[in-house]
Amino acid sequence: MVKSFPGGIHPPYRKEATSALAIERMNPPKTVAIPLQQHIGSRCDPLVAVGDRVLMGHKIGDSSAPISAPVHSSVSGKVTAIEQRPHPNGRTVLSVVIANDFQDEMVALMPAPKLEQLTAEQLTALIREAGIVGMGGGGFPTHAKLKPPQGVVLDAVLLNGAECEPYLTTDHRVMLEWSADVVYGLRCLMKAARVEKGYIGIEVNKPDAIEALKAEAKDYSSIEIVSLAVKYPQGAEIQLIDACLGRKVPSGKLPLHVGVVVNNVHTAQAVAKSLRTGVPSIERVITVAGNCMERPGNLLVRVGTTFADILADRGLKCEPYKLISGGPMMGIAMYSADVAVCKCTSGILALSKDEATYRIPGNCVRCAKCVDVCPMLLHPTFIAQYAERGMMERAEEYGAVDCRECGACTYVCPVNLPLTQHIRLAKSDIYAKRK
Amino acid sequence: MEIKRLAVSSSPHLHSGDSVQSAMLHVLIALAPAAAFAVYHFGLHVLFVLLTGMAVAIAAEALILRLVKKPMTAIRDGSAAVTGLLLAMNLPAGIPLWTITIGAGLAIGIGKHVFGGLGHNPFNPALVARAILLVSWPERMTAWVGPMLISAATPLSEFRTSRIVPAYGDLLFGFKAGSIGEIAVFLLLLGGAYLIYRRIIDWKIPVSFIGTVALLTYILPAREQSSYFAGNPLFHVLSGGLVLGAFFMATDWTTSPVTKRGRVIMGVGCGILTSVIRLYGGMPEGVSYAILIMNGLTPLIDRYTLGSRSGAR
Repeated sequence: MVKSFPGGIHPPYRKEATSALAIERMNPPKTVAIPLQQHIGSRCDPLVAVGDRVLMGHKIGDSSAPISAPVHSSVSGKVTAIEQRPHPNGRTVLSVVIANDFQDEMVALMPAPKLEQLTAEQLTALIREAGIVGMGGGGFPTHAKLKPPQGVVLDAVLLNGAECEPYLTTDHRVMLEWSADVVYGLRCLMKAARVEKGYIGIEVNKPDAIEALKAEAKDYSSIEIVSLAVKYPQGAEIQLIDACLGRKVPSGKLPLHVGVVVNNVHTAQAVAKSLRTGVPSIERVITVAGNCMERPGNLLVRVGTTFADILADRGLKCEPYKLISGGPMMGIAMYSADVAVCKCTSGILALSKDEATYRIPGNCVRCAKCVDVCPMLLHPTFIAQYAERGMMERAEEYGAVDCRECGACTYVCPVNLPLTQHIRLAKSDIYAKRK
Repeated sequence: MEIKRLAVSSSPHLHSGDSVQSAMLHVLIALAPAAAFAVYHFGLHVLFVLLTGMAVAIAAEALILRLVKKPMTAIRDGSAAVTGLLLAMNLPAGIPLWTITIGAGLAIGIGKHVFGGLGHNPFNPALVARAILLVSWPERMTAWVGPMLISAATPLSEFRTSRIVPAYGDLLFGFKAGSIGEIAVFLLLLGGAYLIYRRIIDWKIPVSFIGTVALLTYILPAREQSSYFAGNPLFHVLSGGLVLGAFFMATDWTTSPVTKRGRVIMGVGCGILTSVIRLYGGMPEGVSYAILIMNGLTPLIDRYTLGSRSGAR
């Protein structure tokens, strides 16, 4: 039985170039620039100084704020600078630049005991210490999701294996090649969140991953693998919870308010790996694709590797029209290839002009296609038109803050209105006024 | 390879490729079979009427765009051609070319551009022009003809005077008198299905419109009759401009509601008005007025059915 949600679109998936390619470890780069903010929340303070020699896995940044996560070095070598560097979020962020000595000398590792011997608090603390953040793109510190506020009761952990964005095949390969870690990671998250039930939602265009995880999870009756319809944005957490559990997250609320913790499958795998080996979060799989790539693939890269190094390693056939961090629907267009891969970077797309042209906007013709596809059941054209005219209170009345910026509305608009962009403007204005 | 320039714009970075132009093309394709049948049934004059309608509409739009200094590329979206064709299809087959010329100019000028162009008009431009022509030249606009442009009564007007119902096969396949575009009901239904399949129109409007007409013409007695639940819904659905109006005119994007509930309300409203005009009004057919009135109510319907997170409901 294939589950789904109302609304949504069916963009061309374009995953054939990389879905069958096994994860390849990329050659380590000469330098890494590790941002001190790779997560939602407070920026880390540097714990090292220029000139220090650091080992691989060494904690180089941390913060005492509740919503934060430490960052670790992904190579061994000397810290050459601590300075502002371009970040995939479009701004510059304080980053620790380390010259790789290619020794890969690791800090003293302390693998954790098996999960049966750990308490929920211990698991959560270990997850924090390993620097695990949401690896689906959101970058929310995982440990903070596991500690709900007073009065909230959790009853399920849901892993997002939908991977509904076109081009991206990271989660697919992680689920296929590292299925044991995905399931072990889910069990750890379930114990840390103190819940009885675990789910993994996977779109049916990944039948091999569904089979692999079903086999891996067959001994655990508390874990259910849910087959999902292939539709965008099936992987958005509201839609995922609706499809897998039939629960609707009310407007303005979070998944925890319906008792659910949602994590990406790669995040779960990272939890398992760091507990198993003692190595913190210092590398991740990313999909490198797009018509301009000479050799697309699914790469295991060190955090802090620049996009430029990765593009040089995989080769560019032609100059990309757009360089995207993430997927083509919600990813951010980079202005420079000197940005570094973060723990939450899911892909690098070097798109040619015919893959991602910019279209000149017209004026709304009231076709209501945006209304028909919006998965949050909003009226995007009205919110956007109010936002364009600066009428942010009206935009808020029409539910601007419920928009998840999935981009489905802009995708279908026959007059190329920049709906997502205008709604985003309204949201930032509304949030700024609320402070 | 050195990267010298990167395009930076907001997500999403993919687009479906849909445009107003592609939608208008689908509408023309959907109307083509019914239009072709009309040429076959009525004669070659109809072909000239249809082509004149489209050509004058395009020319009028070009002239207006020049006058208001808007980019001429707007012509390319094809909406003027569709308006011209739809207007022509609402007229009697024997209409003189000068009449359709004036009509097309009115549709584009008064029906569309006076309000700001595509997306801004509150009323269906083709129906606005038809309404103006009807009051200006009532004899020519009701000079219904059959094959070879010989004067003949339409099924609806015939039913008013004599209660005679023609063969349903003739009603369905178009062997009757009527306006150019309304007669080939079967071919119009095919065209409508095509537009629904292509997601150009929402099925809610035609289904609720036609469904309401069927229900009300069954329940309510026609003039000079006294029994309820004795009507002939099949006759009413297959006659007049109902199928043409329900699939091709009431579903016009700009002039119909944006919400799903709103569309059902519009369809039902059109159905009620059409039925009442047909059964009790002065004219034998009420589809055009029903649609124009509901166009006028559309902003109110939108306001009433909109609200945070009530979309797609």
